[in-house]
Amino acid sequence: MTALQFYGLDAIGLKTREEVLPGRLIVIEGTDGVGRTSQLHLLRPWLESYGYAVMDTEMTGSTLVGSGLKQAKEGNTLGPITHNLFYATDFVDRFENQILPALRAGFIVLTDRYIYSLMARALVRGADPHWIRAIYGLALQPDAIFYLKIPLAELIPRVLQGNGFNFWESGMDLHLGEDLYESFINYQTRIIAEYEKMIEPFNFQVIDATLPMEKIVEELKNHTKWLLPHG
Amino acid sequence: MISIPPLTQDIHFRSLYERKDDTMKTYGEHQYPGRLFIVEGVDGSGKSTQIALLRQWLISEGYTVFFSEWNSSPLVKKITSRGKKKQLLTPTTFSLIHATDFADRTENDIIPPLKAGAIVLADRYIYTAFARDVARNVDRQWVRELYQFAVQPTKAFYFRVPLDISLNRILTGRTELKYYEAGMDIGISHDPHESFKLFQQRIVDEYEAMIQEFDLTVMDATLSIPEQQRKMRKLVEPYLQDIRRTHKPVIGSGESWAAMHPPLFPVRSPN
Repeated sequence: MTALQFYGLDAIGLKTREEVLPGRLIVIEGTDGVGRTSQLHLLRPWLESYGYAVMDTEMTGSTLVGSGLKQAKEGNTLGPITHNLFYATDFVDRFENQILPALRAGFIVLTDRYIYSLMARALVRGADPHWIRAIYGLALQPDAIFYLKIPLAELIPRVLQGNGFNFWESGMDLHLGEDLYESFINYQTRIIAEYEKMIEPFNFQVIDATLPMEKIVEELKNHTKWLLPHG
Repeated sequence: MISIPPLTQDIHFRSLYERKDDTMKTYGEHQYPGRLFIVEGVDGSGKSTQIALLRQWLISEGYTVFFSEWNSSPLVKKITSRGKKKQLLTPTTFSLIHATDFADRTENDIIPPLKAGAIVLADRYIYTAFARDVARNVDRQWVRELYQFAVQPTKAFYFRVPLDISLNRILTGRTELKYYEAGMDIGISHDPHESFKLFQQRIVDEYEAMIQEFDLTVMDATLSIPEQQRKMRKLVEPYLQDIRRTHKPVIGSGESWAAMHPPLFPVRSPN
């Protein structure tokens, strides 16, 4: 059972409403390009083959904020605090409208990123740690957090083979370099450093993302198995 | 000062994050040459009239004045109104979207002029969020922590008015109350008017508790408009000592500038 444990305050007042949520909340974390989405696409059918109802959800795209945030990003005029709060609003909207109802209904919720990516991005943009921690304190603690760990050197070829460097993933709003590449290096170094700091306090299960995909999926399946209802 | 409670868990995590110079400043930490004056109060308290008059006066005295209104960020406004129209907002997302709007204005409309030594006026401030969101049962501590990034005002005026007077001012001539405005989302009553009254009462209770918490300056909103304005100017004046003016204040009539900018009410001669 996903227990009603929060990192901070039960700001939404869940504890007064229910004791237990029958679903499971499984989070996959890691920086851009590390392969989270691919892993989710493999995990989901596997879980469904056992008869579980699965919901997967990802970072931007809430009904409330989704398109507005995309627009704001396109304009490249977001200040850092506003940026962080847009993401926080988006997160809470999805948390209350997608994740919580699914957990109440007994779904296995696989989420591509959770508060940790959001906190990493915020901290790299100079957010006060206590502030960002307090905002996301209302989030439920997941049943498992898989952190796909990859050294920066391995990340670059993947991004090059993929969609290339994009403005936000290279942290260009922070002016960390003269061009996309330089910026990407500096930005991702900082982001990865933030993830590393979170491993211990948040109990990340670290998965070596340099392994072949099949090996990674095997590891995720093994770790997930014992979490599931009815074993 | 907003008191920050100690973290109950993960003290190890906390020590990993030392404050760097480039982290954002929090409430009370901002040191700027400008001055920030804000007004608070329920709708119908007359605060907007007073801040508009104050603005006029400051401009006539030669100060550079900027104005920021609640819920006015161009980036966020559309999302907020869409959210309200389609009733997509929960108390928490209602709170967060308004905080996002406020953050945009803080970063773009409030901090830069303050850094430049100007005067910034705001009609409604973080205390509006605290009153309204807590009236919606959002966690009192959480919402205060959410707004930690706000600049602490030089002076914050709270216009206190008996609820029946403010309700009368708002409801006269208005047949329809909007969903969130009436607090319909929290289900205190099926009748919008009844809901609105109860919601406003909750908001007033929150404001009253904040007077001491945030050192708000209470203004008696039942006094005449000129009298309130006089008091307000007197309270603001001491803070204007070192602020730069663009021109000397205009005294007397007959000057072309004064003729172009008549005062909104008869000016009494100082006694």
